[in-house]
Amino acid sequence: MCLGIPGKILEIYEVDRTLMAKVDFEGVLQEVCIATTPEAQIDQYVLVHAGFALNLLSDQEADETLKILKDLEAFNQEFYGDENRA
Amino acid sequence: MDQNKLSLQGPLCSVPINDHQQIVIGHGAGGNLTHDLIKTVFQKHLGNAILNLGNDAALLSMHAEVPQGMQLVVSTDAHIVSPLFFAGGDIGRLSICGTVNDVSMLGAIPKYMTATFILEEGFLISDLEKILTSMAQACLEADVKIIAADTKVTEKGKSDGIFISTTGFGWVSPKRQISGQNAKPGDLVIVSGPLGNHGIAVAEARGNLGFQSQIRSDVAPLNHMIAGLLESVPEVHVLRDPTRGGLATTLVEIAKQSQVTIKLNEEDILIDQDVRSACDLLGLDPLYMANEGKVIVILPEEFAEKALESLQKHPYGKQARMIGKVESSSEGNLLLKTLLGTTRHLDRLAGEMLPRIC
Amino acid sequence: MTSSRMSAESIQQTKLVLNEVRRITTKAWNIMEICGGQTHAIMEFGLDQLLPEQITLIHGPGCPVCVTSLESIERALSIARQPGVIFTSFGDMLRVPGANNDLFGARANGADVRVVYSPMDAVKLAQSNPEKKVVFFAIGFETTVPSIATSILHAEKNQISNFSILPANVLVPPAMQAILSSPDNQVNAFLAAGHVCAIMGYWEYEAIAKQYKTPIVVTGFEALDLAMGILMTVRQLEQDRFEVENAYPRYVTREGNQTAQAMIRQVFEPVDRQWRGIGTIPKSGLGLRKEYQNFDAVQLFDLPLDDLKESPLCIAGSVLRGIAKPTDCPTFSTLCTPSHPLGAPMVSAEGACSACYHYHGVN
Repeated sequence: MCLGIPGKILEIYEVDRTLMAKVDFEGVLQEVCIATTPEAQIDQYVLVHAGFALNLLSDQEADETLKILKDLEAFNQEFYGDENRA
Repeated sequence: MDQNKLSLQGPLCSVPINDHQQIVIGHGAGGNLTHDLIKTVFQKHLGNAILNLGNDAALLSMHAEVPQGMQLVVSTDAHIVSPLFFAGGDIGRLSICGTVNDVSMLGAIPKYMTATFILEEGFLISDLEKILTSMAQACLEADVKIIAADTKVTEKGKSDGIFISTTGFGWVSPKRQISGQNAKPGDLVIVSGPLGNHGIAVAEARGNLGFQSQIRSDVAPLNHMIAGLLESVPEVHVLRDPTRGGLATTLVEIAKQSQVTIKLNEEDILIDQDVRSACDLLGLDPLYMANEGKVIVILPEEFAEKALESLQKHPYGKQARMIGKVESSSEGNLLLKTLLGTTRHLDRLAGEMLPRIC
Repeated sequence: MTSSRMSAESIQQTKLVLNEVRRITTKAWNIMEICGGQTHAIMEFGLDQLLPEQITLIHGPGCPVCVTSLESIERALSIARQPGVIFTSFGDMLRVPGANNDLFGARANGADVRVVYSPMDAVKLAQSNPEKKVVFFAIGFETTVPSIATSILHAEKNQISNFSILPANVLVPPAMQAILSSPDNQVNAFLAAGHVCAIMGYWEYEAIAKQYKTPIVVTGFEALDLAMGILMTVRQLEQDRFEVENAYPRYVTREGNQTAQAMIRQVFEPVDRQWRGIGTIPKSGLGLRKEYQNFDAVQLFDLPLDDLKESPLCIAGSVLRGIAKPTDCPTFSTLCTPSHPLGAPMVSAEGACSACYHYHGVN
């Protein structure tokens, strides 16, 4: 239930009345069904599972985890400086 | 032709079908059709001095041909790959390179090959010609000659298009001790380039995985590169090509044969970006994908730099890298140090690798 | 051009996050993930080796291959053997042992069994083989369900009437509840499956977290994602909190993918489902709604079922619920190996037993 890979939408079209997209996974192209993400636009990133779109990549700015990382990095810098023991 | 003269040949079929587009059962019968097939198709593409004599067997002047004191090496392989044609190669190229490489893995110089073909009734002669052309090109590149060949035809449904079996002969100095049992603690492990390309190229060519890429099989004859390597370093312990089962399965086998623990560094193992993406999409592990143009070299640490230099000079070894070390004696283990510095155990491939969703 | 699986930056960040986990852990905690992909990723990166000893990662029933009931496998085999049928499935299902055979074995005996990468491939097969009945083995969690729903809707739109599914999909929240409400429950917190939540959102877990006072953190699949999910979980545990948090915001929102959920609701409805090794969990599966019964292979084929018995040696049930470890099983790696599996968790690469066998860490 888990293998989901992000890819970039290159083209959007219909096949037999179902919405499809040509998606690029760093050099590998696949036809993906995007009926579940009809709001998708070209150049957007989409998470793909078994040839179907799960969800679109969302705005990174609201990412809580980035804040946690920033705090940890600051803490680490303060205590270990350039040695960055990890 | 003088139409008044009576023909003494007796009744002839008014519409003889000589110009076949497909293999028919008659092609295997040993009569005219077979003769035509051999002359106009097989010999046209594979012909060389020894093959064209048309004898039942090839006489090799062994004493003249095999240098004094060398040992004869033989290897044989059968090829049933499907699909027959894929990006970067085909069953023909594979059948030559596979056997040339197997002979080379003992440190031997491959010289002569035999090839047998099992054709299915209905197989397109144009496809056969493509395959034979490919084999001829591979032979030329590897500098080996096909000196004996045979072909049979089965009824439709009793085989699958074309099966090819090749046997390769070469020779090696008895001083060379290259074998899967010879890896020693302290040796370094080198691989000649990025992994997984062949396995993915063939999977993609099957057409049912729903993706397209520029990935090409790496199938290639490695004998010249290996000969160069063996000239540049005095001692090599193991040579093997990571074919079916990939790098991981091949190294597990070597580790068990030599009774050692081999430890690899994940960060040094090269995988092309698109091969990685294809593997991710399918849930396959590139360490287990087949390679047909790569060699694993295990040798004493002191010669590793020179070995790398030699491999990297050759077009098939430009991305050769040191990927690990033989650590110690044991019952035979393969370990991988991950990018995070943790270590895990790698096993042989268990059964067929299947695309997964999870 | 070659590439690395992880950038230097994310390697550094992952180590930083795991360092922090070690710094703040003061007690013993059991954290379960119900997602085969997470099991796989944890093993592949050896993440458990970088965690403090007090933290135990338990691999729950998150591998759809492992939890598909024996009854479903036997139904699959029964359908595959019928003349005029093309039986299609995701790859891993082919090796799962039924009572005495598996789909690979059925294929060797002449059944037309084909691996498909996507349920849409099965619909395409139906279109190009109108004289055959094409059946798709519908396994998987909520991540996979929209693809099956879309395929059915596509078949309906295009009047492809020779396509049907063998319903075997399962849902995560009821499984979580079943585990937490069990008297021998050992789980202190859950990592929720990131891709299931990409579809369903995580609002469903709020009531569970509250009722059982159990932290639940939605987690992704890269090493850094997993490390972050574990850190947020341990923080909650150490601080005595029990909320639902999201460590995978780039693909998961609280509400999830509404379009996908609407498609699921249109085609499916919750039904009771048997989980192999665990038993029946109420409303933990999906069945086809009345309007889509003509796509239900169980209705279309006559399927007699014998009394089915699992291998008595296989302790899959206890392993899947986190009560036993694969290494507790007397047949682990002796009688039961990936090439001769006795039970489902040894078959799939992410089954707890198989993952343990392949990826066992070296310290």
